Amino acid sequence: MEAEHYEIAEFLGRYPPFDALPQARLEQLATRLEVGYYRSGNDIYKFGDEIHDFCVIRSGAVEIYRRNGKLYNRLSQGDVFGQLGLLMANRVRLPARAMEDSLIYFIPEALFYELCDEYEAFAYFVEIDEQRRLKKTVEEQQQESPLSGARVGSLIARNPVWISVDASIRQAATLMTEEGVSSLLVVSEQYPIDDSEEVHRSLAGILTDRDLRTRVVSQGVDIESSVVEVMTKSPITIDKDTYVFEAMLTMLRCNIHHLPVTSQTRPIGVIAISDIVRFESKSSLYIVSLIHRQQTVEELALVAKDVTSCFVRMVQDNASASMIGSAMSVIGRSFMQRLLELGEERLGPPPVPYCFLSLGSMARDEQLLITDQDNAMALSDDYNPAQHNAYFAELAQFVSDGLDKCGYPYCTGQIMATNPKWRKTVTQWRDCFAQWIDVPDPESLLNSSIFFDLEGVWGKTEWADELSQFIVDRAKNNPIFLASMARNALLRTPPLGFFKGFVMERDGEHRRTINLKRRGTAPLVDLIRVHAFAVGSAARSSFERLEAVMKANLLPEGRARELRDAMEYLTMVRISHQAEDVDEGHAPDNNIEPDKLTDAERRNLKEAFQVLSNGQRFLKFKYPYKRS
Amino acid sequence: MCDIDFSSVDWESFRSAQEASAQHDTVRRFYQACKLDPNQPIKKASFVALDFETTGLTPEVHEIISVGMVPFTAGRIQLNDSRSWLVKPRKQLADDSVLIHGITHADLEQAPDLMEVLDDILAVLASKVVVVHFKYIERDFLYHQVQQRLGDELLFPLIDTMAIEAFFHRQQIGAKLKRLLGGKPVSIRLADSRGRYGLPRYPLHSAMTDALATAELLQAQLRHHYDDSRVIGDLWE
Repeated sequence: MEAEHYEIAEFLGRYPPFDALPQARLEQLATRLEVGYYRSGNDIYKFGDEIHDFCVIRSGAVEIYRRNGKLYNRLSQGDVFGQLGLLMANRVRLPARAMEDSLIYFIPEALFYELCDEYEAFAYFVEIDEQRRLKKTVEEQQQESPLSGARVGSLIARNPVWISVDASIRQAATLMTEEGVSSLLVVSEQYPIDDSEEVHRSLAGILTDRDLRTRVVSQGVDIESSVVEVMTKSPITIDKDTYVFEAMLTMLRCNIHHLPVTSQTRPIGVIAISDIVRFESKSSLYIVSLIHRQQTVEELALVAKDVTSCFVRMVQDNASASMIGSAMSVIGRSFMQRLLELGEERLGPPPVPYCFLSLGSMARDEQLLITDQDNAMALSDDYNPAQHNAYFAELAQFVSDGLDKCGYPYCTGQIMATNPKWRKTVTQWRDCFAQWIDVPDPESLLNSSIFFDLEGVWGKTEWADELSQFIVDRAKNNPIFLASMARNALLRTPPLGFFKGFVMERDGEHRRTINLKRRGTAPLVDLIRVHAFAVGSAARSSFERLEAVMKANLLPEGRARELRDAMEYLTMVRISHQAEDVDEGHAPDNNIEPDKLTDAERRNLKEAFQVLSNGQRFLKFKYPYKRS
Repeated sequence: MCDIDFSSVDWESFRSAQEASAQHDTVRRFYQACKLDPNQPIKKASFVALDFETTGLTPEVHEIISVGMVPFTAGRIQLNDSRSWLVKPRKQLADDSVLIHGITHADLEQAPDLMEVLDDILAVLASKVVVVHFKYIERDFLYHQVQQRLGDELLFPLIDTMAIEAFFHRQQIGAKLKRLLGGKPVSIRLADSRGRYGLPRYPLHSAMTDALATAELLQAQLRHHYDDSRVIGDLWE
């Protein structure tokens, strides 16, 4: 055997898809390929040329173009090209040109097809489009996170304790004592017409220890009166197949401590917040419960120091991007809530009702470690500036200063409730949003991208939901606004990819680092928002928005999934990068250095950027801009 | 008498004279077959890169122990057709030469004598333009071994990538000026020459890898220094 081209075999074995081949196959490959040298600037393949080889770059660099002459990709040592042409009737689809003096290995097509037939990993790499490869990575990453694994049903320790709507408060309290439970389901019973059927019980309400204290004893309610009067009616429930993590988020968001679990709408048990804390002892939930127990801003600032380690722990537990984003948002929201509570204690109750709004990433449940505060206030229409302004200005200042102390620095763009411009009555907000939608100039578009992701965190939170709905309803049927938002979503483009330790920019520049937020997740969020508005979805998180877009069949088959995977991947890379920064004792940021990425990470990022780039092109086409 | 330069000797008349005077069939067949046309354009030519590993550096004394041949054109190198042989020297292999080429006594135990494979080697060489890096090894060793064993002269035109490198990097005005001013001459060793064209670094000193490295180097030199109008007679010597 003349295994003399060991060097070539060894080279190939270092790069995918060849790394999946056994040594003997690599050696055989090395004796059967051809080699060609191309000078910088020379064409390797022109569009429409015949192609009969699968190409590997041994040294140098190659640019791949689209048919229209636009740069598609830059490849370097170990990268492959030509597979598309081989799989498409042997015609070159994407022309290739050497951008440096390059040595290319050509693997004859017969051998290429043999390898595809024999090795699934090889075939997978070359046959599938890049997006599917990304999907696989995302799926692998999400395997078996202790957080995502368990479902609510598994936490139920006993059958639910229930009482009929006909019972008195005293009967309910007695039953709770006898059974040793802290909550009781109140059900209305429907008796069957004939004996063979079961009694059908439907959930009417829930009564907790806390309710007995706050709604009965302290209010002096007669304990012989009906339990219906003091229970929480039509409580929020959760299906037994929901993930524990989602249950936790529901409880946090709604600030409830007991959650009835249902199976096909039938109540089968109750989980308490303590069940979850036990289940996941190091959870973000613990931090949230701490936040709500602190009495001063200084104490809150101490708790804030634990947020970072909680974040790192979640990363280590393989939590998904949406889990981490939600948890960090819940924590941020809890700081706001507690600060507002403390503020109201200090300044007295608000003179008119209001709703404190969080904006941007926190409202989208996509908050990570470094994030400044974006917030605003919606005031009752009874608000009278002369009488009430001082109170709300002071409250806003208290919250804003507190947030700054807790690691959420002031917003440099002054998008904070401390800015009088962003304290408006509900009607003023509605008029303002209507104006932004109807007359989309650059400034209002910029504001839209921040303010239109809004959530009520405190006070009349239902106002926030109404405003969100108002925005979506108005935006949905306004093609000019959608087109303007679409154009705005194209302002930040992804980099072309990674190239020998550089980031390739569209303008051909090289950069050492890349801001993954600015060049990745932020434009993706913008893009998804436009689609969500177009289908009239009031969902706040990008993942939920994509769900809605998927259901509405707005995008070509599979595209929404690709965007989802790209979002998940880009966010995860940001998250892991921040966790690493923390681990190494640096201040976390969003800048990644291509030098430090593995080949697989680079490839996946490149693909995620490609998805974003394709998505942006589609946006232009989907929401064409026509001057009226 | 292997100090010949085919850039000034007409190959066809040399070849027919040699064919007529050859004593041995193997050599005669080679001259019969080796009808190279100096006016053939570079881009139509078939080349073969040739490399030997030897037991030492003196052609009169030392012997060939391995041969690597890689056929190619200006555009493509065909590894599928590459060939290599180990050949058993008649004299004992010196231990220190093992360090250089990594070929051990045991490797050579089963290898054939050069004369047993010479027909096969010459069949390939006769049909192509031979390319080497540093002609004084391949040309001189082959010449001396054939002369010692068969009594015939074996000479043919070669393209020497080292000579091309020397021409472009040592004999140009700029390079000469630089040396006058005390600069170090540019290295024209195989690995260093390859580096100038962006070719990868190979672990050298296996006949096959060196032949491949030489083939790639000539491809690069052709792309950089010669346009398509040039003919092989312009390059060989």
